[in-house]
Amino acid sequence: MGEVKLIGTHQSFPCARIEWGLKIKGVEYEYLKEDLSNKSDLLIESNPVHKKVPVLIHKGNPIAESLVILEYIDETWKDNNAHSLLPQNPYERALARFWAKFIDEKCVISVWGACVAQEGEEKEKAVEGAIETLSHLEKQIKGKKFFGGEKIGYLDIVAGWLSYWLSVLEELGEIELVNAERFPCLHEWGKNFINTSPIKDCIPPREDVLAYFSFGINYVRSMAPNKA
Amino acid sequence: MAKNDEVIMLDFWLSPYARRVQIALEEKGIKYEIKEEDLPNNKSTLLLQLNPVYKKVPVLIHNGKPICESLVVLEYIDEVWNHKSPSLLPSDPYHRAQARFWADYVDKKIYDNAMKFFKTEGEEKEDGKKGLIEGLKVMEEQVGGDRTYFGGDNIGLVDVILVPLFSWFYVYKFTNNLNFVSQESFPNLFAWAKKCTERDSVSKCIPKEQKVFEHFQQRNLLNSDQ
Repeated sequence: MGEVKLIGTHQSFPCARIEWGLKIKGVEYEYLKEDLSNKSDLLIESNPVHKKVPVLIHKGNPIAESLVILEYIDETWKDNNAHSLLPQNPYERALARFWAKFIDEKCVISVWGACVAQEGEEKEKAVEGAIETLSHLEKQIKGKKFFGGEKIGYLDIVAGWLSYWLSVLEELGEIELVNAERFPCLHEWGKNFINTSPIKDCIPPREDVLAYFSFGINYVRSMAPNKA
Repeated sequence: MAKNDEVIMLDFWLSPYARRVQIALEEKGIKYEIKEEDLPNNKSTLLLQLNPVYKKVPVLIHNGKPICESLVVLEYIDEVWNHKSPSLLPSDPYHRAQARFWADYVDKKIYDNAMKFFKTEGEEKEDGKKGLIEGLKVMEEQVGGDRTYFGGDNIGLVDVILVPLFSWFYVYKFTNNLNFVSQESFPNLFAWAKKCTERDSVSKCIPKEQKVFEHFQQRNLLNSDQ
């Protein structure tokens, strides 16, 4: 099927998504660890538009953007034994894509916003907003083991950061968003997800994720305009 | 698909996102019905029921089932009516990935910044303008020469996604605010837009520029000349 390389960093959850996808499909790949403070020529050449990780390189062809890469992986490695990431039915596929966009756009932003916000009314409002966003996912996972049904699928992979990276953000932001009382189904899903192979084989050490996020949070807070 | 397929689109004539879906339906020759929403203040119960997350148009309703988010709708249309040309997405995975990459870029870099530019003031408006120019410069390099459309010889996903924004650009010609988007600065994009608007599907769906202008004028949304 051709040589597969992944340019990424282990702390980044979009990169973890790609590892999960490749491992579920049983695809061998070479991991090219990127130092984001000193971007490699390969990264810049492979993703000149965004210069971001992850980038998948297959038979010399680069593909960027994690959701795009996941669909590429699903379409390229689809023989009889390979586990399908996206549903077969077009309507179910549309729903999976809708929720994936929602997670990647609304959830990530609202959770990040809630963590970064400093004390007071602004923070309260941001936390409320994040909870409201996450409540949509609670409804979606209700009654199911995984978003993909019995097996992990595309949407589980996209939502995967909620099962581990979220708790680091909650700690840094001094908030609690997903717990067993508020979102029992999402909480249960997270535990199942993070404890399943091959997901649990690609989890970076917590202190690395802490360092990665706290750098970002401090940066954003330092850029915020001073409030009178 | 079956002869008694029911396809309805919840629409608002001014929405460039909804235009994307309508162009795709027209290109594929799919019969559809439009239910016009009275936006922004009078959203129908149906819209709120079928798109509870965003409460926005377009919503495609296919045999009673709703699909939301224009990019998701376009892929759905391409998959369900894959026997009808043109194909919005190419057939091989790598080129499909490229199309999806650019679709995402157009949405985030071009549309989000254009909306910022049109709908905000001050520093945020300047940010939007800067982002929009950067994005258009990138897209300018992606078309032209032997690439009539972004997909190559035939209209595809990225073309359908980008072309509706051009009717918005026309409005601001009257106020000089958008003089940075010109044929001189973006010759490839303007040639591409012209080619697109020569297609029946596109010319039928893009709202008449004068109507867009009058709508903005009525609501006092046109900025006065600087």
